[in-house]
Amino acid sequence: MSGASTDPRLLRKAPPRPLRISWSDERFRNIVYQVLVVAAVLTLFGWLWSNTRYNLEVRRIATGWGFLSREAGLPIGEHLIDYDPSMSYFRALLVGVLNTLKVAIIGIVLATVLGTLLGVARLSRNWMLAKFAGAYVEIVRDLPLLLQLLFWYSLLQGLPGPRQAFNPVTGVFLSNRGLKLPYIQWEAAHSWALLAFVVGVVITYFYRRAARAKQMRDGQIRPIWPFALAAILGLPLLVWAALGAPFTPDVPELRGFNFRGGLDVSPEFFALLLGLTLYTAGFIAEIVRAGILAVSQGQWEAAQALGLPRGRVMNLIVLPQAMRVIIPPMTSQFLNITKNSSLAVAIGYQDIVSIANTTLNQTGQAIEGIAIIMLVYLTISLSISLFMNWYNKRIALVER
Amino acid sequence: MTKTMMGAFAALLTAAALPALAQAPAPAPAPAAPAAAPAANANTLDAIRARGNLICGVSTGLAGFSMPDSQGAWRGFDVDFCRALAAAIFGDPSKVRFVPTTAQVRFTALQSGEVDILSRNTTWTLSRDTSLGLDFPTTTFYDGQGFMVKRSLNVTSAAQLEGATVCVQPGTTTEQNLADWSRAARVSIRPVVIERVEDNVSAYIAGRCDAYTTDVSGLAAVRSAQTTPNDHVILPDVISKEPLGPAVRHGDQRFADIVRWTHFGMLAAEELGLNSTNVQAAVGTETRPEAQRLLGKTGDLGRMLGLDNAWMVNVIRTVGNYSEVFERNLTPIGLQRGRNGLWTAQGGLQYAPPFR
Repeated sequence: MSGASTDPRLLRKAPPRPLRISWSDERFRNIVYQVLVVAAVLTLFGWLWSNTRYNLEVRRIATGWGFLSREAGLPIGEHLIDYDPSMSYFRALLVGVLNTLKVAIIGIVLATVLGTLLGVARLSRNWMLAKFAGAYVEIVRDLPLLLQLLFWYSLLQGLPGPRQAFNPVTGVFLSNRGLKLPYIQWEAAHSWALLAFVVGVVITYFYRRAARAKQMRDGQIRPIWPFALAAILGLPLLVWAALGAPFTPDVPELRGFNFRGGLDVSPEFFALLLGLTLYTAGFIAEIVRAGILAVSQGQWEAAQALGLPRGRVMNLIVLPQAMRVIIPPMTSQFLNITKNSSLAVAIGYQDIVSIANTTLNQTGQAIEGIAIIMLVYLTISLSISLFMNWYNKRIALVER
Repeated sequence: MTKTMMGAFAALLTAAALPALAQAPAPAPAPAAPAAAPAANANTLDAIRARGNLICGVSTGLAGFSMPDSQGAWRGFDVDFCRALAAAIFGDPSKVRFVPTTAQVRFTALQSGEVDILSRNTTWTLSRDTSLGLDFPTTTFYDGQGFMVKRSLNVTSAAQLEGATVCVQPGTTTEQNLADWSRAARVSIRPVVIERVEDNVSAYIAGRCDAYTTDVSGLAAVRSAQTTPNDHVILPDVISKEPLGPAVRHGDQRFADIVRWTHFGMLAAEELGLNSTNVQAAVGTETRPEAQRLLGKTGDLGRMLGLDNAWMVNVIRTVGNYSEVFERNLTPIGLQRGRNGLWTAQGGLQYAPPFR
């Protein structure tokens, strides 16, 4: 798993030898074979390319990327950036990409948290908790995701209409139009407070590093949490208060057909997020359980013999070793969430696939449409892979 | 892979690319392509005859237009058009294979040759006619887009839909009309787009949307399929023109002619009072010149299309004339002839050029 290092023998250089133009020279033969393979592949692609172009032309099917700047004219229900149907196809596709990213990122975070909790729960000494986690994993893993998505979506549709919405707390409404939450009217002060929060996190990270470095020198453990609390929570609050502490609640209310104001979680998004999170959490739970079990009991006992408390044994001894087993398969699960989010089409969440499909249908440019979808998923997936590989390398066993 | 191997591979790649590039300007691959182009484009009729059946793309399920019955047999207005076409080509209306297609894959299915013809309430527009590689030979049903709401909402006109959530199918002219109308009428709506008709309808029924929008005929079909159709109202506003008809691949005029004239033949049959019950007798007794030409007794009209001269006799005998098809499929779901009446008799838009 962690064998990222190469066998040192491979790094040793072979003595240089001149290349002979002769069939008996293995290197020469290899080069000839490879040239032939590459030429065959390129010829095949060239033929596919010219054949496709010829056929599109004969059938008078439009080609090219000019449609991207044309008016889209398609309505989109949820958009993170400003959008209306008079904007271009490019803008519409961008809205789709952001919708995909939104559900993928939130899904990855939630599935990781839930999956880790379930994985630990399955190893718990509490019989009921362990059995519950086991049953959950078995049920969720064994049912197709599409079925689960449709199940959650129809369940959410079964909720009462907006006029009879559940209203557990003031400002919170749950109906078949989704979940409405109270929000604040966003002002400049809030943006500054958000910035202060980010700054706080960064400062805390460096503080922790400095504290660790000092601990390496004098062996004294310094608690980090008081500083973290002040930097991460105190700083934004201070900024917000200094700017006049603006706070105007934006409470949703029923007006006409629908709720106005507040924060809006649509049933389509909610069903997709719920389905993806619960499904993937089942797999992540097993990965986490496997990771923890991979650390031998001897490690626990040795650490405890050194007098380390249980929490520190977990943090310093077990988790770093478990992570090496957990991270590579976890990457696959993150990629799965991203790719599975394309099932959104079935329940009407307008992700990139849904919007690109509509685009290719309206413009008739199927090849360009599919190319866009592939490019988007490839970019997102490669980014996740690159990040996770970097992280994996960082925590991998350092051989000395 | 070691570093030296990588280097060698990269070098080879560039080396191999050179001959490929040198090849590119040569016209060699281009002439090879036409031979490889599927026969589907060249001659649809021959391909259908060689295969022994017509492949007809229909919708995934729309009462009155195309929907499998309890025995699994496809029924509906669009389905009957394909049966009529099969009768015209083979003299046998059962030589059709129906392929259900969603709104989003229908054009690709036709372009790629997976189906011979789309007969699934598709709107004829300029951009589809020109840039999708399609031809729309004729309009079998003149329609317009409307809205359906639940009666309990007490909405009487589309202008009252401000702020409403509307269920709509993606990849349709309906979706674009909705956006256009919302902008022009300054009525802000929130779309919910679900691909399959059935899922769209169930979202509307479950109350996810306040209104469902599609062609008025489609609304009537959905309404009639509900347990209590009276709970739903189709609003009087019609926000678009929707000429619906079959679509074929661009470039095969011969097949397009057959499609066009089969529809006209069914209109002419209605005009001349020929129907499935009297056509067999009429073959022997018919004396009116145009009817004789339509039935292939005189003239050579069928052969001019590349078909048998009895082509329309087969269509009328097995499927019926336009009015019979309409009454069999669309009257039960509550649609009137209205603008789909014959221009000659009822002042409608359906008009057949002379059979001569």
